[in-house]
Amino acid sequence: MIEVKDLRKTFKVARREAGFGEAVKALFHREYEYIHALDGVSFSIRDGEMVGYIGPNGAGKSSTIKILSGILTPDSGICTVGGRTPWKERRAHVKGIGVVFGQRSQLWWDVPVIDSFELLKEIYSIPGSVYSKNLSELTETLDLSKIVKTPARQLSLGQRMRCEIAASLLHDPKVLFLDEPTIGLDAVSKLAVRDFIKRRNQDHGTTVILTTHDMQDIEALASRIILIGKGKILLDGTLDDIRRGGEHIDETVAELYKKFDV
Amino acid sequence: MRKYLAFFRTRFNMGLQYRTAAIAGLACQFFWGAMAILAFKAFHDTDPSSFPMSLPAMSSYIWLQQALLTLLTMGGMDNEFFSVIESGNVAYELCRPVDVYGMWYSRSAATRVSNALLRCVPVIVIAALLPAPYGLSAPPDLLTFLTFLLSLVLALAVINAMGMIVYMITFHTITPRGVRLIAVNICDFFSGDIIPLPFFPAGFKEFVELLPFSATANVPLRIYSGDLHGPEMVKLMLLQVFWAAVLIAVGKLIERRELRRVTVQGG
Repeated sequence: MIEVKDLRKTFKVARREAGFGEAVKALFHREYEYIHALDGVSFSIRDGEMVGYIGPNGAGKSSTIKILSGILTPDSGICTVGGRTPWKERRAHVKGIGVVFGQRSQLWWDVPVIDSFELLKEIYSIPGSVYSKNLSELTETLDLSKIVKTPARQLSLGQRMRCEIAASLLHDPKVLFLDEPTIGLDAVSKLAVRDFIKRRNQDHGTTVILTTHDMQDIEALASRIILIGKGKILLDGTLDDIRRGGEHIDETVAELYKKFDV
Repeated sequence: MRKYLAFFRTRFNMGLQYRTAAIAGLACQFFWGAMAILAFKAFHDTDPSSFPMSLPAMSSYIWLQQALLTLLTMGGMDNEFFSVIESGNVAYELCRPVDVYGMWYSRSAATRVSNALLRCVPVIVIAALLPAPYGLSAPPDLLTFLTFLLSLVLALAVINAMGMIVYMITFHTITPRGVRLIAVNICDFFSGDIIPLPFFPAGFKEFVELLPFSATANVPLRIYSGDLHGPEMVKLMLLQVFWAAVLIAVGKLIERRELRRVTVQGG
């Protein structure tokens, strides 16, 4: 169970006008702007729920995920995952979660994927029998048998993403955070990833929070949608709540962004 | 502990993959070692009485230094850490149930050991075959050799802790370029990597020996060649223990501060 209440996070960003004169001026006097990445975010998610966390670029999605996964410390607010505050009990907290950052990689670049998996086994202190069970299950459902012996750098993006997802699930996390897991994937890989996430949620009861810009991901996966814009929660409901007629999901969401002016 | 050993193992396996880099490094080390020895021999022949080390000890010092270059110099830092900080992949490092300092310390040490193991054997074997006074001579006795090994481990602990401070500062600056350049040059000079410390002017030498930099390569290399012994050796080894403890404490302090304010940009 995830409980988030009035979460705030501000980033300091240096700003200046274009041009040489302005650049020189900025050497001596710098103007900062404070960006409210999260401006009082609250929501709660029950065990086993699958939630799509959407919003335009820069809305605060990734910041929320980073706070939930214990990487970022917020300025204020309450956030508990399974009763623990991520940034205060980082090590205990991260044992029970899995994270996939679609734009980053957790696999060791130069060694076969299986070496990265073996290392994760030690990092998470996964017992040998559990590890082999999970590995064979993940290998089968994500179709990894041919690629785990290849160095990560020689995999295609789709193959790598399947390995990334497997890497995040080796330790049987109760909660899975997926930050743009389908970014840059081809149609076949996208379908495979979506299908896998859905099955994981159904078979294991894993709570899934998913951020994405691909509305078909949301259509396929999320029973509930949280819309964030300019650091505030704008809408929290089901897909049917926001859909007004037969129009395409992308148009519906674009319409929403316009309506909330984000 | 198993976790940290696992990091060590994975990093070690990875280090074994870079064969070409090892061969290129070897060629460079032979060339550099030969050049340095010839230069010092020229100094020695001009006025042997004012040369602070014996010529065979000097040659042993240089060859061991070349053999253990990636183990004991600042340049042996693991570039992987700089790239994960710059790229933001560090996010994944932060969501692991391990102590970041311990994880990076063991990985960084593994990088040094695996790089050095690949390279040191050929350098040692070939240098040992060279005729005196140009070659690597055996240590005076077994006890000296064992003390050398102990001091080598301490030197690794110190240099690795210093490297950790550079990684932790990179958390703040994001780019490693400036810090690394400064750290490598200062450390190379004050650890006797460019000119061995016995060549430093009296007074200044005693001061430099108190600095943490001299607690790295300087101590084991001089113990091996017999240049450093007796109470002076004990003093410098105790300083190694002292600096290892202080530098690890400082590194952990910076780590705690930086992790609280870390922002993984983008994405």
